[in-house]
Amino acid sequence: MTAAVRLGVVLLCHGDLGMVARLARIWTDGGARVAIHVDAKVGAARLAGLREALKDCDRIVFTKRHRCSWGRFSLVRATQDAATELLARFPDTTHVYLASGSCLPLRPVRDLVAYLGADPDRDHIESVSSHDVGWTVGGLNEERFTLFFPFDWKKHRWLFDRFVAWQRRWGIRRRMPGGLSPHLGSQWWCLTARTLRAILEDPRRAEFDRFFRLVWIPDESYFQTLVRRHSTRIESWSLTMAKFDHMGRPYLLYDDHIPMLAESRCFVARKVWPGASRLVSHFPLPADGPPQVDPPQPARISRVINQTVRRRVLGRPGLYMQSRFPRKDAENGKTSAPYAVIQGPGDIFHGFEDWLRRHLACDVHGHLLGPEGAEFAGRPHVGPGAISSHPQVRDRDPQGFLTSLIRITDRMQVFQFSPRDNQALNWFMATDPNAHMLVVTGAWKLPLLHSGMPFDDVRRAFAQLQRIELEHLEVLNSVWVRARLHQHDLGEFLMNPKAILRDFMLQIDPHSPPVTAWPAMRDLTGLDGMLRRLRNSGLRPRLTGEDLPPIELLTHERAAAE
Amino acid sequence: MPGLGAHPIMKRLRRRVERQRLIGRAIRRRRALRPLSDRTRQIAPGDILCLVTLRDERIRLPWFLDYYRALGVQHFLMVDNASTDGSADYLRAQPDVSLWWSEGSYKGARFGMDWINWLLLRHGRGHWCLTVDPDEFLVYPHCDRRPLAALTSWLDASGRRSFPAMLLDMYPKGPVEDAICAEGEDPFRVARWFDPANYTIQKNPRYGNLWIQGGPRTRAFFAQDPLSGPALNKIPLVKWHWRYAYVSSTHMLLPRGLNLVYDEDGGEQVSGCLLHAKFLSSFATKSAEELDRRQHYGNSQEYRAYHAGLHRGVQLWCSESREYEGWRQLEDLGLISRGNWA
Repeated sequence: MTAAVRLGVVLLCHGDLGMVARLARIWTDGGARVAIHVDAKVGAARLAGLREALKDCDRIVFTKRHRCSWGRFSLVRATQDAATELLARFPDTTHVYLASGSCLPLRPVRDLVAYLGADPDRDHIESVSSHDVGWTVGGLNEERFTLFFPFDWKKHRWLFDRFVAWQRRWGIRRRMPGGLSPHLGSQWWCLTARTLRAILEDPRRAEFDRFFRLVWIPDESYFQTLVRRHSTRIESWSLTMAKFDHMGRPYLLYDDHIPMLAESRCFVARKVWPGASRLVSHFPLPADGPPQVDPPQPARISRVINQTVRRRVLGRPGLYMQSRFPRKDAENGKTSAPYAVIQGPGDIFHGFEDWLRRHLACDVHGHLLGPEGAEFAGRPHVGPGAISSHPQVRDRDPQGFLTSLIRITDRMQVFQFSPRDNQALNWFMATDPNAHMLVVTGAWKLPLLHSGMPFDDVRRAFAQLQRIELEHLEVLNSVWVRARLHQHDLGEFLMNPKAILRDFMLQIDPHSPPVTAWPAMRDLTGLDGMLRRLRNSGLRPRLTGEDLPPIELLTHERAAAE
Repeated sequence: MPGLGAHPIMKRLRRRVERQRLIGRAIRRRRALRPLSDRTRQIAPGDILCLVTLRDERIRLPWFLDYYRALGVQHFLMVDNASTDGSADYLRAQPDVSLWWSEGSYKGARFGMDWINWLLLRHGRGHWCLTVDPDEFLVYPHCDRRPLAALTSWLDASGRRSFPAMLLDMYPKGPVEDAICAEGEDPFRVARWFDPANYTIQKNPRYGNLWIQGGPRTRAFFAQDPLSGPALNKIPLVKWHWRYAYVSSTHMLLPRGLNLVYDEDGGEQVSGCLLHAKFLSSFATKSAEELDRRQHYGNSQEYRAYHAGLHRGVQLWCSESREYEGWRQLEDLGLISRGNWA
């Protein structure tokens, strides 16, 4: 059942009057009556131009002008006066729509009229109890009503902030006028004339106005609060699509939003960028066929906007670039994808890297942080993402090197690590939940054993590598570790190498094929002899495990495996 | 105990002194500029300006001007540093170009920045000003659909005063000498490749800007000494105020707040790229010439390295290079970001 709806529109304008003329014409052509409030800051000549442009429309009234500033009561005052004049000039108006000079009707006005007519007693105004509001920015929900806000936030930010802090410290609380409960919502609404008259002609209006004069952003709370006093049929949803970013600034609409807006089926959208000429000329969509009353479906546009907010606030994990350079531990994802660091097995097995590559669907590199340069898989001079393998270039920014590599590649990155490599990323990797680490401590002793270097050199290298690894272990054993860490000492690993490796491989690639051939282990003969000799020379070899099992036992096991 | 000199307020004061010195220097150096065609009266409030210092770029200019006109730059303020190839005559004939002539030393004018600072001070106040080289072409999110004015008005609405655009070196596939770009032709039809992910970033504590290096130049010419590689961070688009000054090229500005164009809490701010059309056939001759003039940064170390490299026939292209497709590709790669400009 539809009733006759006679729509009135209040247009609040301050800027681009050319756009206002066009919008006013859209509304009046659709059969609405329009009350235009032009900000008192706009010069008389420009206003005269607007009046001239609209002089042939008899359904337009220009209302008393106020100087409006954002977040102040002047905006409410302008709305009240405009609505009063509109209702006085066209007393048979049934609904009043509040819009601005940058609110663009997307669908024909008669669609909106038909939609309102389907349930003519309903007030379309977003009105949410301030206790439950989660969207306001700056932490001011209830405090909008309980503190005094005499200062302009845009012009006197410092005073505004100081005064808020001062009131909080002294526990100042304003009392709400009796009978009101604070509500907030979008400032763009569509009320029935009955409800609007009740608000404007409320016997206690002077008292309410006095209270709201010092409320912050009263245009988002005045009508939203008072409507609860006078209406019982509230559709708490604004018919104007308006999206805000995390700072409370409205999103602007551009020409490239046309398809998305058309699909949204919203009646009115804001805020239109004044230069979006194609957008402005494309909407409202032409009225053909009978009026359609399907409700707005802004889900897709909301999703796009929410993604953008997400990107602005959280960013893309593991990305370091010119406009995203998070400080340490505020990264929201140190790296963009899981990766694996293997320390030790490369020293224990011959050809471990090539063997591993055959068994994992990952990019298996050599020592990416090695002293000779980044050993990318296949040893190219220029690795994935055109990253140079040159050690100086890599060590200029090791963290950037690793994060870029992980971000630019599609597959999981696996690389070898040892105390011989650049240790700059130890903390970074240990605190990164994306890192899978297999650490076999003391494995670096095996290459030393087979190096054939003079004993003095072995001793020096041994002492240095051992110190480096002990420092690394301090990191790995700290309480800050977030990596998925598997740590074994050499003795422990040698007791059961296959199970440990297999577990780790299944962890980083659950679909890896079963292993049939294991790589050959380096010869361990002489290791205990070397350790004894080092001990006798005054060093204290550690990290191998207290009880390195007898070599014969290990050799036996290996023979059995082969 | 740290002395008073380490107190943050002393650092601020020192930066203020430096800024005032830069502005004073720009004012003194204004005499080096001789107007050839002064059309600055045409500049209307709210116009977007483009400032350029150039030398012998005649062949590049038509495409350069057309590119930025299409983006919505209303007026060009250009300094011709003693070109001999007719650049000045060409520019004088352009209706939206104001041209100054300078015989002075490019190096002596802090690589042209004194001149630019003066022009910004004199004509840039209250305008969004884009300071670029003739081989730098701005790309920003949505640049295929939205004019530059959409970006600047959004920046205004968001309370932002500066916009970062990293320099992205573009290069051809094959030897640089063979990449011929004719007059009026899009250089990125030839030099359409770039390095996607080899950039290093470091924060500069004094000025607060990010110091970005890397790309093909570091990879090919500065691998032994990456620290000396060229800086790629740039802040070319600024809503100018007479108190502002560019410190070193367009890499950083004072006051420091203008350099804080990045988010440190994990979020992303809006940013763009300057596509750098440097590696074309003209580059070999140019690098030889610039080497003789020794008018570039760090004793033209860059040009020395390039020249040596080019003589060996170095190719910048490698199998990991990416072919330029558009701003969306750059955004996916994480070189630029739309921030919250939906």
